[in-house]
Amino acid sequence: MPVKVVTYGEWQLVGLLLAVCCLGFSVSARAQTGDETFRAIVAELGDANFREKEAIAARLIETAHPGVRNVVTALMDGRVFIRDQDGQAFVVESTAEDLSEFTLLDPASAAEVGSSPPGQLSRVITNNQLRRFLRMAVARFSLSSADASVRRDAVREILRSLDAGNVELLRARAEEEEDADVAYEIETALALVALDDEDTRVRSEAVGRLVGRLNPEVRNRLATLLESDEEGRFVEPDPGVRAAAAEVLQRIDLWRSLFSLIETAFFGLSLGSVLVLIAIGLAITFGVMGVINMAHGELMMLGAYTTYVVQLWMPEFIGLSLLVAVPAAFVVAGSAGIVIERTIIRFLYGRPLETLLATFGVSLVLQQLVRSVFSANNRAVTTPAWMSGALEFNPAFSLTYNRLYIILFSLVAFSLVLAVLKYTRLGLDIRAVSQNRAMARAMGVRSARIDAMTFGLGAGIAGVAGVALSQLTNVGPNLGQSYIIDSFMVVVFGGVGNLWGTLIGGMSLGIANKLLEPFAGAVLAKIFVLVLLILFIQFRPRGLFPQTGRAAESL
Amino acid sequence: MTRLSRSLLAVVADRGSLSFLTLLATVALMVPILNLAVPESSPLHLSSYVVALIGKYLCYALLAVAVDLIWGFGGILSLGHAAFFALGGYASGMYLMRQIGTRGVYAHPVLPDFMVFLNWSELPWFWYGFDRFWFALIMVVLVPGALALVFGWLAFRSRVTGVYFAIMTQALTYALMLAFFRNDMGFGGNNGFTDFKELLGFDLQSDATRSALVVATAVSLAASYWACQAIVGSRAGRVIRAIRDAESRTRFLGYPVHSYKLWVFVFSAVLAGVAGALYVPQVGIINPSEFEPINSIEVVIWVAVGGRGTLYGAAAGAVLVNYAKTYFTAALPDVWLYALGAIFIGVTLFLPRGLVGVIPVMSRRK
Repeated sequence: MPVKVVTYGEWQLVGLLLAVCCLGFSVSARAQTGDETFRAIVAELGDANFREKEAIAARLIETAHPGVRNVVTALMDGRVFIRDQDGQAFVVESTAEDLSEFTLLDPASAAEVGSSPPGQLSRVITNNQLRRFLRMAVARFSLSSADASVRRDAVREILRSLDAGNVELLRARAEEEEDADVAYEIETALALVALDDEDTRVRSEAVGRLVGRLNPEVRNRLATLLESDEEGRFVEPDPGVRAAAAEVLQRIDLWRSLFSLIETAFFGLSLGSVLVLIAIGLAITFGVMGVINMAHGELMMLGAYTTYVVQLWMPEFIGLSLLVAVPAAFVVAGSAGIVIERTIIRFLYGRPLETLLATFGVSLVLQQLVRSVFSANNRAVTTPAWMSGALEFNPAFSLTYNRLYIILFSLVAFSLVLAVLKYTRLGLDIRAVSQNRAMARAMGVRSARIDAMTFGLGAGIAGVAGVALSQLTNVGPNLGQSYIIDSFMVVVFGGVGNLWGTLIGGMSLGIANKLLEPFAGAVLAKIFVLVLLILFIQFRPRGLFPQTGRAAESL
Repeated sequence: MTRLSRSLLAVVADRGSLSFLTLLATVALMVPILNLAVPESSPLHLSSYVVALIGKYLCYALLAVAVDLIWGFGGILSLGHAAFFALGGYASGMYLMRQIGTRGVYAHPVLPDFMVFLNWSELPWFWYGFDRFWFALIMVVLVPGALALVFGWLAFRSRVTGVYFAIMTQALTYALMLAFFRNDMGFGGNNGFTDFKELLGFDLQSDATRSALVVATAVSLAASYWACQAIVGSRAGRVIRAIRDAESRTRFLGYPVHSYKLWVFVFSAVLAGVAGALYVPQVGIINPSEFEPINSIEVVIWVAVGGRGTLYGAAAGAVLVNYAKTYFTAALPDVWLYALGAIFIGVTLFLPRGLVGVIPVMSRRK
């Protein structure tokens, strides 16, 4: 019998184990079915038309699966792909053009599940209407986010297309919203809704609440209130409300145009800072030494490539890479400059046109060198996270961080160069040699060494400018060529041999360019500025701040 | 009159000029013979490809002579001469476009293809008259000449010299390049003009026309060379050289420096325009990249390589550098920019008088 008992017990144990197993299996199976259904719905997107896709996306969102947000965002970015061989859906990490293999992520878990060449995948394409639908869906999600700025953006998104469902959401949110900014935006949205109210008093009160709200939607909405159809019937029947709306609209327009003027000025300043930055180095080599350095652009290019190499070396610290790249670029371009000065330019002093030809040769050699080492294709330089984004003051006015940093960076570089020239021994020697070489030598200044150091300084600053340019434009062998004329223009406009002239010249050219752009377009604005410059030089052939005295005759 | 004829004769008396003109005459004679009369099987036969290359080099040589006239003798460094070249080219290109007529892709009787493509309904006013050869011929001279007159008048009057002048001419050609890249300028945007059919009724693809164009270019080059030598040898030429060597002193001596500079600059721009006009039918395309600032700098290099201040040296430099370019870009494309860069550096450092400057040194050694 004991045997039997044991047997019975064994069976019991087995049964229990089986039961547990089954239970466990069924639990995991349920989770799996959730993921499976989710994946299946995503895969349905593969051969649906846009209207069906909208319905599929709606069902996807209804599942409330944790992967929804990820998939919907990817769908808007065009990163959802169907694998051709088995019809499975994947989210692709990045669709950068130079990738030979796309990294595939599971839509449900966002885990990496393999990779595939782009040729074997078909993208789930979206149209504007579908994207609008998806954006709204994301906005609804985001409305309950813990981050106030995410909530604010969500309200702004909803503002663009208000409907009954959204309004309910906003009303509900308004009651529990604690952040003042978000509450303000919700109030704007609700006031816009109230403009449709049947009660004239509610409408006129809503118009009153819209005073000073600078969102483009508010402006457009108020403008439509004042429109009339063919039979002369106004959209807004009440003349009092219309008058109030007109007044509010006028004030909004005034503010908006004021802010857009400030923004243009800011764009101009940031363009001006770039111009100043690329011209400082030239102001030293050209202005102080009288060397027409046509390789200046290529020295900037060296700086930009240094940034690229630094980022290759420290891929984990992209945020820090720019800070490392600045001194590195200074050293690289500066040493290149010293080599150029020692081997070529020192034989050509006093013959500016010859330096132009020789340094142009140098620029060709440097371009080809970069092509041989890095290939002729553009290299991708990453923008650190702290450079992207914008400092937002109100819906009509925001300043992007990269432009802000460029302005700061160029002012710092300018002050440093000015300080070096003014307060250091090297600066004293540089000024002495440029003013009167013979006398400086008589006083014991080693002029040959100073020449090399001066050219090195100018070249180094060009390299530093290259670090900034790597954030603004493509890093390729032609980077230098596209900036060389601009930098010469700035130096000539400002007045050769005068750093302050370079600062003021660069800033005013930048602002002039941006002020002309809205009327003429980017290319015509640039042509106008060039023509104005050519005319300007007729009246002040030595620039804004001409050199006076004996040095003026030398060039 | 006698002075003029004496200076004309002086050109032939000079040995360098004599050999240059003889060489040109030989080219003008031999190209049609070797290309048309000699059968293709013969090793002496010149292929159409080579004929086109020779024509192109001769145009460049003419451009180089124009630059040498103002740089080598007047000390005016223009880094925008490719702009005048391109303007002349556009003027002749406009004539060639009008000649296409209904043979274009859209077969429009009046409008060139790109205008039909842009949905333009009528010809812009500045295209009027370009269906006539004589009008185009006048424009080839007039447009670069007028631009040079205005630009030069402004610049020389306010004594913009040396480096400043060089940089301003760069700005000029850069501004023109940006302008011509625009589609609504009415010059075909970044595609420019191409697909030409005929010139004065002659098929541009035929060997006979191509040879005739080479002869025309050689004759123009010889005539321009002669004219430049005549200017340089005249009294005015001596004033121009005096301006190069001591501008202020010449002014103090009472010479109207700015008008001397202005007229020689305008003449040089016209020569550049003629070179461009001859260039376009031979290469079969003109687009805004001809305005690129680097092109103008390259022309200066040709002159520096050949030897500035000799005219025939400039022409030789243009042919040599461009032959090297053709050879290297085909055989060793990676090396070409290194080579060109090295030529720039080497010539400025070691050959301040160019290749021509080497010849007397070598003959003296004998």
